[in-house]
Amino acid sequence: MEGLVREQGREIGRPVEAIENYKVVIKDVNGWFGAKQALKNINLNIKEKTVAAFIGPSGCGKTTLIRCLNRMHEMTPGARVEGQVLVDGEDIYDKSIDPVVVKRRVGMVFQKPNPFPTMSIFDNVAAGLKLNGIKDKKLISEVVEEGLKGAALWDEVKNELDKPGMSLSGGQQQRLCIARALAMQPEVLLMDEPTSALDPIASSKIEELVRSLKEHVTIIIVTHNMQQAARISDYTAFMYLGEMIEYGPTNQIFKSPNKELTERYISGIFG
Amino acid sequence: MDGEKDWGENHRTLVHDQMKKKYRSRIIIDKLVSIFAIVCLIAAIVPLGSILLEVIKNGAGVLSFEFLTSPQGSIISGNGGIGPAIQGTIIVVGLASLIATPVGVLAGIYLSEFAGIGLFPSAVRFLNDMLTGLPSIVIGIVGYVTIVIAIGSFSVWAGALALSIIMIPIVVRVTEETLKIVPHSIREGGYALGISKARITMSIVLTTAKSGVLTGIVLGIARIAGETAPLIMTILGTSLFFSSLNGPVDALPLRIWRFASLPYEHSHAFGWGAALILILMVLGLNVGLRMLAYRKGFEIRTEA
Repeated sequence: MEGLVREQGREIGRPVEAIENYKVVIKDVNGWFGAKQALKNINLNIKEKTVAAFIGPSGCGKTTLIRCLNRMHEMTPGARVEGQVLVDGEDIYDKSIDPVVVKRRVGMVFQKPNPFPTMSIFDNVAAGLKLNGIKDKKLISEVVEEGLKGAALWDEVKNELDKPGMSLSGGQQQRLCIARALAMQPEVLLMDEPTSALDPIASSKIEELVRSLKEHVTIIIVTHNMQQAARISDYTAFMYLGEMIEYGPTNQIFKSPNKELTERYISGIFG
Repeated sequence: MDGEKDWGENHRTLVHDQMKKKYRSRIIIDKLVSIFAIVCLIAAIVPLGSILLEVIKNGAGVLSFEFLTSPQGSIISGNGGIGPAIQGTIIVVGLASLIATPVGVLAGIYLSEFAGIGLFPSAVRFLNDMLTGLPSIVIGIVGYVTIVIAIGSFSVWAGALALSIIMIPIVVRVTEETLKIVPHSIREGGYALGISKARITMSIVLTTAKSGVLTGIVLGIARIAGETAPLIMTILGTSLFFSSLNGPVDALPLRIWRFASLPYEHSHAFGWGAALILILMVLGLNVGLRMLAYRKGFEIRTEA
């Protein structure tokens, strides 16, 4: 099995083009929860301003992998990571890098909308700036407006920015969380099953948003919904039992996968 | 799988019949439990209500401006009031709260957010619970030994310290429990924005748990406002107004106790009056702090 993994690593991980052409480079990443290994030797390169989707059955490690890309995984008690993740060629696991600062460059949106309960809509979006010490009120309000527009929420909330963030509907709350992440001006945006708690209409709004946001930011999205991956991503990675089985252009993965396992998953035979 | 064991209509009548048989007794048990709960509620409320009524009935008569503001007059004639006791309670309880609130809230934050699991936090938690159950007279002795003997006088400081030791474990416990209720996803939302843990704790977690923490503080203050034993050992009580933080001062519980132990009718009436004032002060504080918190929360919301 190990040999197989290494071989795949060579296939998908080694740069065909120079590494500088990739925004995110995942190199030999292993991840654990206590003694249980959740990620096995993952290698993956992601191009700038594209959407990469991680798919796979529950428990395959796709959420763990995405949480390794902003150093969130290691905050779970007992969890640890080995390997390198390069963002713009810089290893975010390097000893000289502050894990708190990594999260300012690599934003994250979670499975369930989690707006800050005591804050207004405005403050929710401004929180990242304000709590990181930015005091320039003009800058903050410009960034908040920009973020809410970026998240396609501005028109719905522009007259009630001082209402609690929790007063919004679930789909609006998720877009508020996207606006909150965008306000930090991230280069990479991680989305961990962002539509799984939403109804179809709210989901399609988020999907639309992902397509428009990729002009400005590299997006990595975890989804258990294969149709969603096919609709919105440029590249798709299929994971199974902690291993990266196959990674390639979404079209190719869905139309002519190289691995039998991928084909079986995509055609719904298992998973 | 065996066809007969599959879910189907095999057991439908059986299940429904057995449930129907139990239906009548279920209704009766349901009624009985409701009645029992209401009886218990009355049993809990009656003493509380009768105490309040009794205190109001016996104490309201002596209330006057003079009663609230002047020092105790001649014991035999029964004039004067409880001014020094009200003043002393405000000073000693206020000072104790000022010491206990930051210590208690920060210790609670430590236990909930930073301690994790291990021997040290478990030991702190255990000792904190022990401290909650410590008889207050023992804490009075601690105040007496550490401060009263050291500076050679009964003092406000000693009383405030003793009361703060009673209040701290209450605030620690409630703060820790309240912060733990704040969902982890809220903290993760903060981490994902590259906000430092200390900032997330103070600006996001603590504000989310604000009303619970405040309840803990009010509970603590209410508890120490009525303490008598530790005050006998520390501030002693006096019929004079406050003079110095290093000298004795009066307090309402002490005054109530003294009035009650005098053999005069009018002293007893004064005791009831002082008790009524103490209850009203704790009640007022409770309501006042809640309103303040509500308004502050509202301001934070509209500010931006």
